[in-house]
Amino acid sequence: MIQSDDYSRIKRSARLHKKIFSGIVYLLLSIWALIVLFPFYWMLLTSVKSYSQYNGEYIPQFFTLSPTLQNYVDAFQAVPLARYLLNTFIFTVITTAIMMFVIVLAAFAFARLQFRGKNLAFTLFLSLMMIPNELVIITNYATITNLDLRNTFLGLILPSVTSVFYIYLLKENFAQVPDALYYAAKVDGTSDLKYLLRIMIPICKPTLITIGILKIIECWNSYVWPRLITDDENYYLVSNGIQELRENGLGRENIPAMMAAVVVISVPLIVLFLIFREKIMAGVSRGGTKG
Amino acid sequence: MDKNKWKGWLYLLPAILFLGVFMVYPLIDVLIYSVEEGYNFASQTYFDIGFYNFSYVLHDPYFLQAVKNTFLMVVITVPISTGLALLISMGLSSIRPLRKLYQTVYFLPYVTNTLAVGLVFMILFKKTAYTDGMVNLLINWFGGESIDFIDGPYWAKMLVMCIYIIWVVMPFKILILTSALSSVNQSYYNAARVDGTGRGRIFLKITLPMISPTVFYLVITGFIGAFKQYSDAVALFGTDLNAAEMNTIVGYVYDMLYGDSGGYPSYASAAAIVLFVIVLTITCINLLISKKHIHY
Amino acid sequence: MKVVLQHLTKTFPSRNRKNPEDVTAVNDFDFEIPDGKLVGLLGPSGCGKSTTLFMICGLEKPTAGKIFFGEEDVTDLPVENRGVGVVFQNYALYPHMTVKQNIIFPLQNLKGAQKLTKVQMEQKALEAAKLVQIEELMERKPSELSGGQQQRVAIARAMVKMPKVLLLDEPLSNLDARLRLQTREEIRRIQRQTGITTVFVTHDQEEAMSISDIIVVMREGVVQQIGKPQEVYDNPINLFVARFLGTPPINLFEGQAQGNGLYIGDEMVLPLEGVADRELTVGIRPEGFILTPDGPLSCSLSGVEVMGRDISVVSTNPHGLVASVRSIIDAENRVDTSNPTVRFALKPRKVLLFDRQTGERVAFQTPQMNR
Repeated sequence: MIQSDDYSRIKRSARLHKKIFSGIVYLLLSIWALIVLFPFYWMLLTSVKSYSQYNGEYIPQFFTLSPTLQNYVDAFQAVPLARYLLNTFIFTVITTAIMMFVIVLAAFAFARLQFRGKNLAFTLFLSLMMIPNELVIITNYATITNLDLRNTFLGLILPSVTSVFYIYLLKENFAQVPDALYYAAKVDGTSDLKYLLRIMIPICKPTLITIGILKIIECWNSYVWPRLITDDENYYLVSNGIQELRENGLGRENIPAMMAAVVVISVPLIVLFLIFREKIMAGVSRGGTKG
Repeated sequence: MDKNKWKGWLYLLPAILFLGVFMVYPLIDVLIYSVEEGYNFASQTYFDIGFYNFSYVLHDPYFLQAVKNTFLMVVITVPISTGLALLISMGLSSIRPLRKLYQTVYFLPYVTNTLAVGLVFMILFKKTAYTDGMVNLLINWFGGESIDFIDGPYWAKMLVMCIYIIWVVMPFKILILTSALSSVNQSYYNAARVDGTGRGRIFLKITLPMISPTVFYLVITGFIGAFKQYSDAVALFGTDLNAAEMNTIVGYVYDMLYGDSGGYPSYASAAAIVLFVIVLTITCINLLISKKHIHY
Repeated sequence: MKVVLQHLTKTFPSRNRKNPEDVTAVNDFDFEIPDGKLVGLLGPSGCGKSTTLFMICGLEKPTAGKIFFGEEDVTDLPVENRGVGVVFQNYALYPHMTVKQNIIFPLQNLKGAQKLTKVQMEQKALEAAKLVQIEELMERKPSELSGGQQQRVAIARAMVKMPKVLLLDEPLSNLDARLRLQTREEIRRIQRQTGITTVFVTHDQEEAMSISDIIVVMREGVVQQIGKPQEVYDNPINLFVARFLGTPPINLFEGQAQGNGLYIGDEMVLPLEGVADRELTVGIRPEGFILTPDGPLSCSLSGVEVMGRDISVVSTNPHGLVASVRSIIDAENRVDTSNPTVRFALKPRKVLLFDRQTGERVAFQTPQMNR
């Protein structure tokens, strides 16, 4: 039989261990949070340091007492940053809208309609998921060039609207809507299209919003395709703009203005993320991938 | 009912059109490109059919450099990021207060433009005439010598590259692992605690086997993603990756297609197919290993 | 080993922002579980029975009160040092380990002087497996076992360290009806054989009644009654306990005590002694009815269900508080289904009276009882 003082010793050491353990956990988590946040802090900090201050600091300072917004003005004046933002906005909105249209129809066909060859078609669709973008981009580049669509929005948008994965995701969600609703709608004489618009889409709105947001993020950050297809500044998206800015724009040394541009470009998505945090994280954990 | 036979296809039509033109046709086309020797983009003519393009690519020192770089990035970043993500998710799952906040912060890199934040990393690591940069400041504090990570020695560039890649891929891994951990039924942990199982043993004998499918999923997608590494390199070292000795396989493909040495879709196709074969092989090996190690 | 619960209380902080009051899961639980007994914690879901169990095993910390194992205060002792065995509701068998690995797992955690050799572990695992008769399943994975077999493995794993106290959380709820009957006998046998003090939690009163030495009926965190199953059934302390125990459930009527009689409507169904005139809720157990043409309680017949040994007469009464009155009578009785009215006499010991407002039990005597 264990003695009483053994018991109290065990109690005390258990409590101590727990405290030490959670202390270490919080320390490690905070270190990683610092690593994640530091680049954001640095970009914000640098963007409000004046040009002369920044270049005068041989040893970088961790804060500034005389913040300035001049860099933001410079950034917008030196390169057509507003133009880039507008281009990206147009590209993002149109691409996302067309994609939603395409995938809703396709997912509905797979989830609800009966037609010959459906299973074969679905299998073929799924197998397309394995095809890496790098393999098809070469021909797409040739296609768009041959169609004379370089430096147009059409050329930017068309190859970007296809997403087999989102069709799959949406089809799974559509398939969860009980059959009974469909039959009830049929009995009431509702057409398939009306059923899709009036019943399916409202029920699956959360998934649609998630897919929309993920696509918006993807569009906003897209770099490779726009870089291949545009060499006219008037059609640059923000990613290309940033790269242009770095290599030819402000001159390599005006880093504060560069950081101001980076802040301007990053803010829209961060705001979007903070608003739709739960939806985005849930959507990504259901199978989104980076890039 | 006869009408319905066509209706389904009608709904699929937009998707089929887009996928057909921009995915299926290119897929066939890329194979054709890759065997057309001496293809000229302007005149759209070629000399011969054969495997010269592959041979050229495989002997191109730039391509070999890209392959070496890519493999190094994969081998370094995949294990480190997966392990680190596992550690952080374990920590996240064991705390209650502030958990949401940490999760939100950790996810931030996912939604930011990699090109943009890459610039920040560049200025943090870069050594110029005016300043040694933030990171060198830290190194100096610990008594080290300043190093130019962006235009300096190969290992330093590779180091920044890997650090940045890890920074970028962590949010996804942490998120997936955290949700995998939270889906492990609490009663397994209760049962283990009743039996007096230590933390380490719980992790090795219960948690890890239970989430092993997710870990393998992350390793597989991690390999695929790392092999396709490109824009992170551009973000740090600029578009002329060959000059920086930091090109990747995907970067090579794009350079062949368009860029300083560009205009050779046949070489680009051959390189893309080589990449696809590598990724496919590695994925198959991964799947075989995971079959052996996932027990249920 | 006896287990003593002293003023055990557990409150959870409210998750509802509009109603920030703490939720009391268990309120002032005071009870001594005698050594070697099988105790059933019984109550509807959310009554705090599982919380109580988790406090005994140490997975939840009580907000107030103390827990003793024997003479030792174990209130703050971590779960792994308490020497309890737990069978979880979903069994919590590790899916990636074989049955044998599952059973051995707790033994591999022993440290210091208690450490066992491999051979000893195998020996103990085999003993535990024999106890629950699964020794031929040792190399299987849990997914290859039936629900009943999984349950046995879970018990074996809980028993392998020979715990001082065995705790079972809803042990039968995941089994189908036939297995449930079999498994509860099994639990009873294992408990008898080993003599380990055992506490189990259930919402199924039949289960608790059939195997427990003692049952504890709980409601909204408060213990209602503790006692031997038959005692609690015969003498429920209030309306809640009376309604909770027994299948079919007790029949309830609006009634009054008036003069020296118990009235349901205008009919005096029992002579009463020792009860002042008042409004009552009358509870009559299904087996408390006697079918007789001149019985004082009249009901309109809705149907007769033949159940083999017994028949169940279903009828309605305008003063009934439940939809239909169910009485169980011997199958030798013949019910005249052409007659729309049935009349019953009552067995006084099966009639329970409760205060109409509070639901507290009202004691009474009747001359028939003394006869």
